[in-house]
Amino acid sequence: MFAIRTKVRLANILTMRLGGLGMISKVVPAVADAVAGVADGDTILVGGFGRAGQPVELIDALLAQGARDLTIVSNNAGNGDVGLAALLAEGRVRKMVCSFPRQADSHVFDALYRAGKVELELVPQGNLAERIRAAGAGIGAFFTPTGVGTVLAEGKETRSIDGRDYVLEYPIRAQFALISAFKGDRWGNLVYRKTARNFGPIMATAAAITVAQVDEIVELGVLDPETVVTPGIFVNRVVQVPERDWLRGGRFVGQQESAATGATA
Amino acid sequence: MTSRISRDELAARIARDIPEGSYVNLGIGAPTLVSNFLPRDQEIILHTENGMLGMGEEPAPDQVDPDLINAGKLPVTELPGASYFHHADSFGMMRGGHVDVCVLGAFQVSERGDLANWSTGAPGSVPAVGGAMDLAVGAKQVFVMTDLLGKDGTSKLVAACSYPLTGVRCVTRVYTDHAVFDVGESGFVIRELFADNTRESLQALTGLSLTEGAS
Repeated sequence: MFAIRTKVRLANILTMRLGGLGMISKVVPAVADAVAGVADGDTILVGGFGRAGQPVELIDALLAQGARDLTIVSNNAGNGDVGLAALLAEGRVRKMVCSFPRQADSHVFDALYRAGKVELELVPQGNLAERIRAAGAGIGAFFTPTGVGTVLAEGKETRSIDGRDYVLEYPIRAQFALISAFKGDRWGNLVYRKTARNFGPIMATAAAITVAQVDEIVELGVLDPETVVTPGIFVNRVVQVPERDWLRGGRFVGQQESAATGATA
Repeated sequence: MTSRISRDELAARIARDIPEGSYVNLGIGAPTLVSNFLPRDQEIILHTENGMLGMGEEPAPDQVDPDLINAGKLPVTELPGASYFHHADSFGMMRGGHVDVCVLGAFQVSERGDLANWSTGAPGSVPAVGGAMDLAVGAKQVFVMTDLLGKDGTSKLVAACSYPLTGVRCVTRVYTDHAVFDVGESGFVIRELFADNTRESLQALTGLSLTEGAS
């Protein structure tokens, strides 16, 4: 059911995307276009570890887009009152799938959880990553040692293989992935920056429609093929957002002042 | 009361057991202190599970880069030779047994090496596991760094964990402020006593039958 539904929607989006036949351009002009088509009830992978690599502008666009009853898969469950926290606060999230919802500034999620207003599927971080990777790699399920003998493996199939115990875990796939990368090109090739890479490369593989926000869209051929981290085959839409505050022209300048440049998005 | 060593002394003691060339993951909290005592003239490579090998120390305030953080979400630096990778690779390194040593905190460690360090199971608390379960099962050696006694005076070394488990039979060695214990075939083996602690005094504190092994 999942496959049919997403294939039909993907086909619609592909025809929307291609201006002229032949030339591939996955670049969309604005973040609103980047999140077009998210439907009520969708599962969405959202990149980032804490604030590093959070696709902030795409989350804001999703907030404006209006889809409800969402399942959000992300390592954390929002920081402060913006981004995922704002989406949660608006009651748009039915379920969070994450490894570490509780943080110093996760008060929005904490309150909703205690009030029983949001479901939580708690997944060990490595299993979360591997379940996402498995979805992108066409793996039906896998046995992992992580979680064996704990409450997070309760009710799940276990197997002893070569004397070690494992628990069966299933892939996590989604209708959309929203990720943040450093640079991208019109084919969707992506490079990341430092530990902001985190979930981006695996989430890109596991969604019917992967959307990447980047600091800079570069001409085809500018990204060294030897250093491309996410090949464009995994990416459906690329949107440029203002350069992150601590960079200027791609170089680290610290956080003395806010970025004044950047394309409109 | 028996005497104890300080947390810094304990961190220094753990650092001495980490040989040059090791790939090491230091858990969030007290275990991160160990990095302060790793010899500067030796190449010991720190892994942080959010996706980096070759992690350096905290940056100067004007060099804080929000794209460069550790698993505790604190700013760090990169050393020459550092590398970045995505989460599935990072946890593959851990789960696949490529990391030599992992140092973790604990609420409880059982005689058979079970670890409880992620949840007290208290009602109303928001659960969060992060990478704890992956770290516990993955490294070649899992060291625990902890006070022997909790704030309420009860022993963190126990016959069986009462808190929710992080991993089963996963702990190699426990470094406490009173003594160092190996997890043996039949219970804890005292590897090293600190200050005036004795096997008898530790048996009284823990309520466990302890043996003394070669250090």
